[in-house]
Amino acid sequence: MHILFLICGLISIGFVLFISIYLIISGIPAIREIGLVDFLFGQTWASTASEPQFGILPFILTSIYGTGGAILIGVPVGFMTAVFLAKIAPPKVAAVVRPAVDLLAGIPSVVYGLIGMMVLVPAIRELFNLPDGASLFAAIIVLAVMILPSIVSVSETALKAVPKEYEEASLALGATEVETYFRVSVPAAKSGIAASIVLGIGRAIGEAMAVIMVAGNVANMPSLFSSVRFLTTAVASEMSYAAVGSLQQQALFSIALVLFLFIMLINVILNMLLKWKREK
Amino acid sequence: MKMQSLSGRRKVYNRTLRVLLYFCAFLTCALLLFIIGYIFIKGLPHVTWQLLSTKPSYIKDTIGILPNILNTVYLVLITLVITLPLGVGAAVYLTEYASNRRLVAAIEFATETLTGIPSIIFGLVGMLFFCNFMSLGKSLLAGCLTLVIMTLPTIIRTTQESLKTVPQSYREGALGLGAGKWHMIRTIVLPSSVDGIVTGCILAIGRIVGESAALLFTAGMGMSLNNFFSMDGFLHSSGASLTVALYVYAKERAEFDVAFAIAAILMILTLVINLSAKLVGRKLKKK
Repeated sequence: MHILFLICGLISIGFVLFISIYLIISGIPAIREIGLVDFLFGQTWASTASEPQFGILPFILTSIYGTGGAILIGVPVGFMTAVFLAKIAPPKVAAVVRPAVDLLAGIPSVVYGLIGMMVLVPAIRELFNLPDGASLFAAIIVLAVMILPSIVSVSETALKAVPKEYEEASLALGATEVETYFRVSVPAAKSGIAASIVLGIGRAIGEAMAVIMVAGNVANMPSLFSSVRFLTTAVASEMSYAAVGSLQQQALFSIALVLFLFIMLINVILNMLLKWKREK
Repeated sequence: MKMQSLSGRRKVYNRTLRVLLYFCAFLTCALLLFIIGYIFIKGLPHVTWQLLSTKPSYIKDTIGILPNILNTVYLVLITLVITLPLGVGAAVYLTEYASNRRLVAAIEFATETLTGIPSIIFGLVGMLFFCNFMSLGKSLLAGCLTLVIMTLPTIIRTTQESLKTVPQSYREGALGLGAGKWHMIRTIVLPSSVDGIVTGCILAIGRIVGESAALLFTAGMGMSLNNFFSMDGFLHSSGASLTVALYVYAKERAEFDVAFAIAAILMILTLVINLSAKLVGRKLKKK
């Protein structure tokens, strides 16, 4: 049995290696042809022009701003909801809120996209007097809502796993309940909460379908109210019509490679952070 | 602890945080209520028997989503059949068998990385490998195989978390009574962590039903009714899941009524999946 389980365990390593190698092999040729600097820091993306230009700086910046914005809004709300659920919610209230969060997690991203497209985009257009509401701002709000449930459920699980004795000791020393939750329970559950934020970042930076429906999808340099393209939507919007083997298609693989490197970077930074905290 | 006896700063700290806690929880619930309400009000009136039971017809100029419903069901079933044993097996290895710390760290890092990889990248790699390299073409099978990679970390993570909560004394008790390791895992450890495995399944099913980006490139946009279990190939033809159909109808064809109807169905599906999985979990736990 041991060997069988070992193989199961090794499969995920195999998948990661496989995906990395595949992406690197298919992403390198276009970067080599375009030139790394021109590719990463070029400000224009005109893949179908007669003299095509492949600069992905707009996509990179948009993805960073969009994810940052979503985290800025989503993490505080999600974290607070998690503390509420794990600690102060009366059992009856928690019994209603928890399934609600689960349900929120289960809602497909295209449904978020549809609501964003039909409610949020027109609302932004009216509110800020814009010609079109499809913008980075709309994408940020949709992403913030989408990362909420992962943050809530993972943080809550971590908070609930904190031993009761820690909290009882803190209460016995004269701390109030709220102080106990934020100064004892939360630090004790920090690795789980950090994990929830990684999940959130991963979901936000990698979301394609909801974003493609609300962000307008024009390859502009990012600003809050202009129509933008994320790294993900850049791949998604041209993949279906790029000719097989063309430089355009290879450039799309290179974008995916950049996206992948971002994700790896986030993972590594977070792992280091967690380790550092544990050693402290 | 009476609030009166606290210093001013602590009082403010306590009150602000408490208000924030309630506010954020309220906000989360209000969001959900709004989303559900909006989708149902806009979508349910357009969910008709004709929509559910037919395929799209250009001659009659009608739209039906029966093929998409079936595609989604196939995707869920086949993916779970493959991914569940793999995921639970990996989790069991990590918590029960593994003795090499470095290997455990590597596997956990790999799982975490897989969780973080955006679905569009799975879609791309799936397209390159399964559709082109293995020449499956845009097919449900290619979609399923891609989904297996995507859902694996979810199952490993949740199973592992719940295996960790099984008290060590259970294991020692079983081993002390003379049970073998595999016997102990099968009869003591896995049953006491069954709710975690079920949670993993819920999340996995949710991810499959909700997945669109990866499926767009691997399973394609086929809208016709196929006989997937015919002789000329298992799950060989392209088929759009409900989510992909929603995307196509909303973004490319501007058929918003149909899109909302599909959204309402997806919401109901999500509700049903969540509820039934919870009931199953409770039942298993009683045993």
